[in-house]
Amino acid sequence: MYAHWVLTALLAWPLFAAVVIWLAPERLAKHLALSASLVELALSIPLWWTFVPAAGMQLTQMFPWIPAWGIAYTVGVDGISLFLVLLTTFLVPLSVLGSYRYITKRERSFYALLLVLTTGMIGVFVALDLFLFYVMWEVMLIPMYFIIGVWGGDNRLYAAIKFFVYTMLGSLLMLVAILGLYVTVGARTGQYSFDYAHILANVGPLGPAAWWFFGAFFLAFAIKVPVFPFHTWLPDAHVEAPTAGSVLLAGVLLKMGTYGFLRFALPFFPAVALHPAVTTVIVALSLIGILYGGLVAMVQPDFKKLIAYSSVAHLGFVMLGIWALTLQSVQGALLVMINHGISTGALFFLAGMLYERRHSRLIAAFGGIAKVVPLLAAVLTIVSLSSIGLPGTNGFVGEFLILIGTYQTHPVAAVLATIGVIVAAMYLLGALQRVIYNPLDKHENEKLPDLSLRELAVLVPLLVGIVWIGVYPKPILDRMEPSARAFIQSVRPAAR
Amino acid sequence: MSLDLSVYADMLRALLPELVLTAWALVLLLVVAWRHHTVRDLRLAGWLTAAALLSTAGAVWWLWWNRAHVDGFSSMIAVDDFRFVSDWIFLGAALLTVLFSVRYLEREQLLAPEFYLLLVFATLGMMLMGGGEDLMVIFLGLELMSIGVYALAGLDRRSPRSAEAALKYFLLGAFASAFLLYGIALLYGATGTTNLSLVGVQVATLDLGHNGLLLAGIALLLVGFGFKVAAVPFHMWAPDVYDGSPTPVAGFMATAVKAAAFAALFRIVGEALAAAGAWREIVTALAIATMIAGNLVALAQRSLKRMLAYSSVAHAGYLLVAVATGSAPGSAAFLFYLVAYSLTTLAAFALLAAKGRGGESDVRIDDLAGLATQRPWLAFALAVCMLSLLGFPGTAGFIGKWYILIAAVGSGRGWLAALLVLTSVVSAGYYLPVIMAMYMKPAPSLESHAGVQFDGFGRLALAVSVAALLFFGVWPNRLLDLSKTGGASFQHAAAVSAVATPAPAPGP
Repeated sequence: MYAHWVLTALLAWPLFAAVVIWLAPERLAKHLALSASLVELALSIPLWWTFVPAAGMQLTQMFPWIPAWGIAYTVGVDGISLFLVLLTTFLVPLSVLGSYRYITKRERSFYALLLVLTTGMIGVFVALDLFLFYVMWEVMLIPMYFIIGVWGGDNRLYAAIKFFVYTMLGSLLMLVAILGLYVTVGARTGQYSFDYAHILANVGPLGPAAWWFFGAFFLAFAIKVPVFPFHTWLPDAHVEAPTAGSVLLAGVLLKMGTYGFLRFALPFFPAVALHPAVTTVIVALSLIGILYGGLVAMVQPDFKKLIAYSSVAHLGFVMLGIWALTLQSVQGALLVMINHGISTGALFFLAGMLYERRHSRLIAAFGGIAKVVPLLAAVLTIVSLSSIGLPGTNGFVGEFLILIGTYQTHPVAAVLATIGVIVAAMYLLGALQRVIYNPLDKHENEKLPDLSLRELAVLVPLLVGIVWIGVYPKPILDRMEPSARAFIQSVRPAAR
Repeated sequence: MSLDLSVYADMLRALLPELVLTAWALVLLLVVAWRHHTVRDLRLAGWLTAAALLSTAGAVWWLWWNRAHVDGFSSMIAVDDFRFVSDWIFLGAALLTVLFSVRYLEREQLLAPEFYLLLVFATLGMMLMGGGEDLMVIFLGLELMSIGVYALAGLDRRSPRSAEAALKYFLLGAFASAFLLYGIALLYGATGTTNLSLVGVQVATLDLGHNGLLLAGIALLLVGFGFKVAAVPFHMWAPDVYDGSPTPVAGFMATAVKAAAFAALFRIVGEALAAAGAWREIVTALAIATMIAGNLVALAQRSLKRMLAYSSVAHAGYLLVAVATGSAPGSAAFLFYLVAYSLTTLAAFALLAAKGRGGESDVRIDDLAGLATQRPWLAFALAVCMLSLLGFPGTAGFIGKWYILIAAVGSGRGWLAALLVLTSVVSAGYYLPVIMAMYMKPAPSLESHAGVQFDGFGRLALAVSVAALLFFGVWPNRLLDLSKTGGASFQHAAAVSAVATPAPAPGP
């Protein structure tokens, strides 16, 4: 029966496959990784049908792990995490396929690490024990650190250590806050446990300590998102990482931050998180992220850096949607998390494909290539439009929902955020024009090969996703709605 | 098994591990006196030492298995789980040191089987420190350990650096011992006894918490122990001494010696000073200074050995956080952390010893470049060690740090825990470059790591250490239970006052 074991299987299978790849011959590595990640995808797809939207947390499984401290292996999904899990299993096979030509050295290690990273990412989204969550949160750091540091660009060592230290700084303070919660709740109830449900049910009012705890959680998640002043690691890491690393970094890892807010920071400390001063600061930071990210993206000469800054802007929308706390805005935030994974993932794939052809990431190195590579140019155009939020693409649905929802509670912020959409059109269309339209004036660009079958196989699923969510998002929204509603209902009254 | 220590036979039983090791030490002394010329003699001494350590561990196990405990009140030697677990840690660290040293001594032409003898005597001293129930026993153990280690530091007679290390260690160590002894004298002056539990009873019943004599004694004791564990600002000797000593000795000093000093400190504050509060503030201040200074100075090191030396200073800071909690979870966290830390540090020093070539202080972090492509397993082992020192999930170092943090937060010192994790982030700045050099930088030449060699036993010891680090990182339950009972096993002043009448307090 397809039931409780599935999440455990999703966690265990990539680890097992990683070991097999490590032991297998080098030339088989990428094929093994592709098949393993396709199996993973196949395992996860039935979740779509078995998931019961109204049932809340489901498919849970629990084993005692370290009983002395009340630590258990507990996993489960709800409408918030389901699509993040599916997004992960969807992006991993594409990342493997997209790395076929890009990765040429130490392939075994690369693909094995990619699969270990998969376990870490899924683990963060399904963990229902704070210890397990923390372990998974840190575990995915190591593979990413190696992926950036070994297979990255010229400045990879700097980018890798910056990524590692920033994330670790936030997560270790979160660790202290987790322990503080554990001790406080344990002292209050007499039952010391890291179980999410237990802590959530008994956290109650914490007094001034809640401010410290929230601060620690906020720092960890805000660095990951990244919220405006904590974003400086992101351009370095995204630009230096190999294509697969950038795709997963933007597509999945950033969502861990916003997921953390939805799952932990807000439900645990609603009184602090929705305190008027905190709300004002976070809404302001989100707006700065949206506008500043867009404006900085506009002047980037490097295509990957442009996409990286556009991520700062998109995640600003998500933060805004979460803090606006209306049903539309939260659903919109959840949807933008998925959309950003698909669209930005596709953009990074395309940037990687351009780099493989020209060995340059500079926008100025291209120009007029629509005539040479019409297929690539067409895909790039569609993906850029979806990232801007053109109606009919996925980007529109998510951002529209956030703007409607936000308008009800923070009208000024909604108006300002709308400017961000225009800025996005300016930088992406500008880049698009300079890359594929302008006159074809560079000699080297005249003989670029168009998309191969393999590259099409990477891009077509993403295009399907873009159009599908753009035209008919209802099945996804239906599955998200009960969890989004429950989230709002649990957070809002406690804030007063 | 209930022991009455006033009965001769029971006293011998309680001391069985120490007696076994002493007997072995005498055997070894005779063997070494006659056979100390060739490599074969050296190996023979090595095997005998390994057998000695293993059989002693067996004796400890026998006591533990029979649930040995003292009936009533123990005056000289404790018979509790804390002693057993810390004995195992000392013996295990010594055994790993022996296994890692066999090849090193041959390669460096240090044909002195006395190495093993000194190691055994030092270990004996440590066991007395971990089990001493009287300040005098602890002091004697400390001297026995220290004198052995002073000589070990200067084992390489041909190297001026080794001689410098030995002299520096000896002078500062003697200085620290004097502080300690004076502190003991003042404690005796204040309470009229040197027995730890009776000191505890006196402090509680006579309300000596603010007695000037006692406070001065506590301060001097802490200075003495501060030197031994290399806490800032008493750490100045540590990097130079580690740097100059033969590498396996440096590993032994960074783990077992430090562990013994900490074990004695835990017992003293847990049994004698529980009612006196003053030491908590001093230890907290030492912990803060040690964590900050140790980590920041380690950042600037380019030599691997000096980096490990400063990292051991930083870890002393983390352990001082556990001391500062002054609670049973703190002692339990100490025992667990010590296992993780000892395994990691010994393995790292062993790799350093294998990489070095006569005067190995010159192994810089950058010299490891490309190790992963040429020696993938060694690089993996060192990477696991670095991650465990960093406290990364999946390794025993993480569980140890988690335990210390729980103890700190549980005793209401959340800010100290926050400082601990912040300084741990700093430590990423010097542990990660090692991984970075091994995995992300190309090797200068194809032969650059050909000289790194391990014999079978070194390899086995390394594999066991790394496997244990990973195992305890994922499945720590057994070790946690052991440290939990060990940490909670001190004899408490309240229980003691019922069975023993304290000596009358001395006049003013």
